[in-house]
Amino acid sequence: MARDTSIKSVLVIGSGPIVIGQACEFDYSGTQACRVLRAEGIRVILVNSNPATIMTDPEFADATYIEPITPEFIEQIIIKEKPDAVLATLGGQTALNAAIGLYELGTLAKYGVKLIGADVDAIKRGENRELFRAIVEKIGGESARSIICHTMEDSLEAAKKLNYPVVVRPSFTMGGLGSGIAFSEDELKQIAGAGLRHSPTSEVLLEESIIGWKEYELEVMRDKTDNVVIVCSIENLDPMGVHTGDSITVAPSMTLTDVEYQKLRDLSIAIIREVGVDTGGCNIQFAVNPDNGRIIVIEMNPRVSRSSALASKATGFPIAKIATKLAIGYTLDEIRNDITQVTPASFEPTLDYVVVKAPRFAFEKFADADPRLTTTMKSVGEAMAIGRSFPEALMKALRSLERKEAIFTFPSKKNDIPIDELLKKMRTPTEYRLQQVQLAMWAGATIESVYEASKIDRWYLEQISIINERAQLIAQPGELNADVIRSAKNIGLSDSQIAQLRSITEEDVRRSRNHLGIHPVYKTVDTCAAEFEAFTPYHYSSYEEETEVKPRTKSAVIILGSGPNRIGQGIEFDYSCVHASFALQESDFETIMINCNPETVSTDYDTSDRLYFEPLTLEDVLEVIHAETLAGPVLGVITQLGGQTPLGLAAGLKDAGVTILGTSPEAINLAEERGAFGEILKQVNLLAPEYGMASSEQEALTIAQRIGYPVLVRPSFVLGGRGMEIVYDDESLAGFISRATDITPDHPVLVDRFLDSAIEIDVDALFDGQELFLGGVMEHIEEAGIHSGDSACVLPAMSLSRDQIATIKEATTKIAKAVGVVGLINIQFAMSDSQLFVLEANPRASRTVPFVSKATGVPLAKTAARLAVGSSIAALREEGLLPNKGDGIAKGISVKEAVLPWNRFRRTDGRGVDAVLGPEMRSTGEVMGISNSFGQSYAKSQISAFGALPKNGTVFVSLADKDKAQGIQAAHDLSRIGFQILATGGTADALSAKQIPCTRVRKHSEGTGPLGEKTIVELINSGSIDLIINTPVGRGTRQDGWLIRTAAVQRSVPCITTTAGFKAAVEGIKSLQREELSIRSIQSWLA
Amino acid sequence: MSKAFLVLDDGRIFEGSSWAFEGTTFGEAVFQTGMTGYQETLTDPSYHKQVVVMTAPHIGNTGMNTQDNESKKIWVSGFVVRNPSPITSNWRSEKSLEKELIDQKIVGISGVDTRALTRHLRDRGAMRVGIFSGQSLTREEMVIEVRKQPQMSGSYLSQDVSTKKSYVVAAQGEKKFTVAAIDLGIKGATPRALSIRGVETHVMPYNVSFKEISDLNPDGVFLSNGPGDPATMTATIDLVRKILLAEIPIFGICFGHQILGRALGFETYKLQFGHRGINQPVIDKNTNKVEITAHNHGFALKAPTDGIFSTVFGTGEVTHVCLNDGVVEGLQLLERAAFSVQYHPEAAAGPHDADYLFDRFIDLMLKYPVAQRIK
Repeated sequence: MARDTSIKSVLVIGSGPIVIGQACEFDYSGTQACRVLRAEGIRVILVNSNPATIMTDPEFADATYIEPITPEFIEQIIIKEKPDAVLATLGGQTALNAAIGLYELGTLAKYGVKLIGADVDAIKRGENRELFRAIVEKIGGESARSIICHTMEDSLEAAKKLNYPVVVRPSFTMGGLGSGIAFSEDELKQIAGAGLRHSPTSEVLLEESIIGWKEYELEVMRDKTDNVVIVCSIENLDPMGVHTGDSITVAPSMTLTDVEYQKLRDLSIAIIREVGVDTGGCNIQFAVNPDNGRIIVIEMNPRVSRSSALASKATGFPIAKIATKLAIGYTLDEIRNDITQVTPASFEPTLDYVVVKAPRFAFEKFADADPRLTTTMKSVGEAMAIGRSFPEALMKALRSLERKEAIFTFPSKKNDIPIDELLKKMRTPTEYRLQQVQLAMWAGATIESVYEASKIDRWYLEQISIINERAQLIAQPGELNADVIRSAKNIGLSDSQIAQLRSITEEDVRRSRNHLGIHPVYKTVDTCAAEFEAFTPYHYSSYEEETEVKPRTKSAVIILGSGPNRIGQGIEFDYSCVHASFALQESDFETIMINCNPETVSTDYDTSDRLYFEPLTLEDVLEVIHAETLAGPVLGVITQLGGQTPLGLAAGLKDAGVTILGTSPEAINLAEERGAFGEILKQVNLLAPEYGMASSEQEALTIAQRIGYPVLVRPSFVLGGRGMEIVYDDESLAGFISRATDITPDHPVLVDRFLDSAIEIDVDALFDGQELFLGGVMEHIEEAGIHSGDSACVLPAMSLSRDQIATIKEATTKIAKAVGVVGLINIQFAMSDSQLFVLEANPRASRTVPFVSKATGVPLAKTAARLAVGSSIAALREEGLLPNKGDGIAKGISVKEAVLPWNRFRRTDGRGVDAVLGPEMRSTGEVMGISNSFGQSYAKSQISAFGALPKNGTVFVSLADKDKAQGIQAAHDLSRIGFQILATGGTADALSAKQIPCTRVRKHSEGTGPLGEKTIVELINSGSIDLIINTPVGRGTRQDGWLIRTAAVQRSVPCITTTAGFKAAVEGIKSLQREELSIRSIQSWLA
Repeated sequence: MSKAFLVLDDGRIFEGSSWAFEGTTFGEAVFQTGMTGYQETLTDPSYHKQVVVMTAPHIGNTGMNTQDNESKKIWVSGFVVRNPSPITSNWRSEKSLEKELIDQKIVGISGVDTRALTRHLRDRGAMRVGIFSGQSLTREEMVIEVRKQPQMSGSYLSQDVSTKKSYVVAAQGEKKFTVAAIDLGIKGATPRALSIRGVETHVMPYNVSFKEISDLNPDGVFLSNGPGDPATMTATIDLVRKILLAEIPIFGICFGHQILGRALGFETYKLQFGHRGINQPVIDKNTNKVEITAHNHGFALKAPTDGIFSTVFGTGEVTHVCLNDGVVEGLQLLERAAFSVQYHPEAAAGPHDADYLFDRFIDLMLKYPVAQRIK
């Protein structure tokens, strides 16, 4: 057999920006694909619009195109690079859809490029519900009774036949987008309406409800000679009704006998054969009736998926890597198992541990959003934990989420716990349902009553009751001796939970535990339950007898990852951690990664010398350090690359005697603590917007009156702008404080002067104590007030003069020196009337590090890691890691745009949440556009993030009074280049006053006109609008604006909410009209 | 829960908690890596005289039911688990695992670092073991007790597990064939697999005579799995030679495969720690297809894996090899109707990939019909 030698070059399609349902697991899979192909000597061409990925690092492909993933752009790439084949099964639904597009347009045939890893017919058989249903029937399986609908009338009719509740599933969408469960006709209208719109084929499936059934997923792989293996079975703790991505899931399956498991296995194999997935991986989902075992096949994904990443991490079987090898012609038995080195990949991993995955949500970012969990995925990230029992793994997974609400509590006053209320609440799945379950059982609810309310399998409930019983024993008075501690650790209680039960401090528990010499041991994920020796140190902790950590002689550096993805802390930080690991391996250190996010490249066992899949808490990290210190020399720990999570641990680690490499915890505190930082700015003569810190509402009002409205208010110590708001008067300030903060002297609230219409600037720089290297100065496209993570930005800064940049560098140097940075620092400045204000400084890797590195070709994170272990900027210039002189210079003009998840969230009334930018970060990911002109780069970024900007057509413009001066000019430009402008009320008046042609339309609040004239919302819904400009007036009283924006999101019409964005869009449209957007590889830009 | 000890031949002792029946038991320590199927494992006669260590950490979750038993009783001599389930959760469950073990007086131990134990057995080999729960012996005394026990090599166990009297498992639907199955520790799944293919299976005791078999005039003979050292099975090996001479089609699995191999003149040997699991990759050398199979064997056959070998019964070849370690997993004669595999095509527990072997047996019986033989 062996590989197909006719394939000499492959175009790999990535998955684009991180969105809900499609996150960094596809960077993990795509990176593996690129590695495998290059190792085979195949030329790799890559397209991915997401700069924050490892796969788009120039060294992972021969030609990397950070360009929109659309058939048009890909065709240009094919013309230029002439690949032999396209690999699209590792880039999620985005890549698969792009490949289908290329096939249907005839592009693949035209240029003689073959699609490897899947064929279009197989994809269609897998994804088209009717075809798939026929397949299930043919192989003797059962599908839920269902009816395909193309219109609302069909849907209502179908629901009558199936009986409510019915499940609505739109075709060809990812992450269950647009799907849901309708319990009534009203709900069906909402859900099916949205589903019909989201589905590219305007098709939804209505299905009999199997809510409450057990849910399973099998990961299957097949090679071209028809060898099939099941890599992993995953059981959802949350029964049917909650999207798998939002469920707590467990591997392997826990509550099936062999007879039942083999039925699922047989069905899976029959399905993959019949669908005809010739090579590669896919997953198949099943529902099992808990009362009689009736099995329903739910669906399959004929590609590597989010679950594949989880299954890979859970078993040690690298699905993406093997799928790639299969795609180029190898068979499973020809591929070696990396971990055992002697056995082949044609086997089924067996686990001697339990894996629990828990989702991380971001509902606090979307105050209006419906918190119920449904079949539409809403979580933004996940944590995985491994233990030698389900309780141990579950408790680790919950603390990995870094949410205090996620951790089980054991209040001593059980009588105060409202059991009935909890039982009622848990009927509806929400983020903390499992905590409701545990608390109810702690207070005495029976397994049967909880089962009846939640339908969570009794086995899991029993395990939770074991945890509760053990906690009860720990809480008994008596000495905290070895037996007590061991019995607590055995079911996964953390030191802090033991402390809570004993009313002592976590430090007390740790001291006793250390004194008694009770530490976890580290076991190995080895694919084979220890049947063969493992050669990859992929470890997890358990309180057992024997540890498998091997001694080493080389000095080690421990890198702390960033934990589960969340808004404000995602793949960008994983990127930096992975880079640090690579850089330090290159300079002959052993690298040790600690992280608990299964989606990432950092938790690939190939990335670092050793991997510990552990929660990022002080206790868990200290134990790894303890174990590794016994194994050999440890130089120290890097905490500045993984975002706020490791940074938050730095001080505790230092107190425990651990060496923190790079910027010290004291320096971090200097920058983070507003008072101390204010002092520093004063010392070095830099301005900050006036601010004050208030420990009561009254104090906040006094401060606001002193510095003048508008003011920006926020709780202290935040990341991603959580809980920030701009307020314009006393009333809204008081409102925010009572609504969004629990203000106390311990938890003060910051009140900042808000710089209206200033330019916001983001700087990433490196400092070694002597010299400063300015990595990049980015100018935000949205003005100050929009969270930097949600603002588009451009590098190089377009409107700053050389002198202004010099001023910025000088200010950056002063701050870095005064704070005591060793490594990376990110500073946000605002330039208001030529005056430079310092907004904040973060002495750590920022979200923009990968973007800057891609735009300038300077590996900032690698350099930071080297500085942390003692190198200098001068030495690294010498070595070639940094340019030999000067600062980072952008090649071309790069625009970064944020991607927002508006379409994922709905209010409880079923309407969309407001799609407006503000000081609170809400974006999940980012894209990059690079070219020689701002307009073209911006246009590319918009295409990648939201779909194309229109070249012509009808634009609706609605500007807030404060935005009219600036916005009118942009509207004028649009009108001149041929757009028809619609406007309502004040904006129409303002346009007319400037003699700009516009058509006046009715506001929603004015209602449909007497002659049936449509309101703007109706016009949007009828598809008559191509572009919407709507800048909000301020919080509240914006019913019209909100309806316009939500209608835009639902119809997928580009909607711009700032005047700066408006101006940029006009530039982009001009450039689209003028020329065809061109492509160029990053390697060529950086050459 | 009181303490219990798992004591190995080489002196290593693991501490755990008393679980299931309290008492003392001995056997050969082996590990089983299946994540499902503990009930089938417990009731598989091949595990007779073995103390089975389950590598899957949670055992007992789905309880016990009557349909999934592979024989009438539990055969393991001891059961070692990490986390036994206190409740059962499955619609078919009739009894908890612990209750069943207690009822059948099977000594167990829980809370053991089963991974450390498995690694030890992997590196040092399967060895004698004792479980002591509710005992007051010293560590030294326990080790001495373990070392008094017989070794698995040289053990002759068929008389313990085999049926005393022949019985018949009827064919489903129209009866097409009659098969004599020699019970060396047969599992219920085997006659079931034959039955659905229209075979009437006569399950006969291990010490059945050739005459009794030929009186039945069967279309084929099935050699079952079972416990013990194949080298001790001289009488059965002689019987198999007679069957070969009579040209009755033979299908052997596991222990039956080793016996067929010995009847052809090959040696058997003891593997370091054996194959016990349901994820073992085996390649069919003739089709190059890989099947994921259920294994339970501590001994294996020494035969040339390349090319054709010759025996007194004509030429033959090794047909199947384990991809993990190259162990011989199947053979066939080329001029006579006999083939065997080292693993379990009947699965239970395990994947159904090797189910086709029963069809192959049927094909063989069609190809070498009784009528032709008599002629």
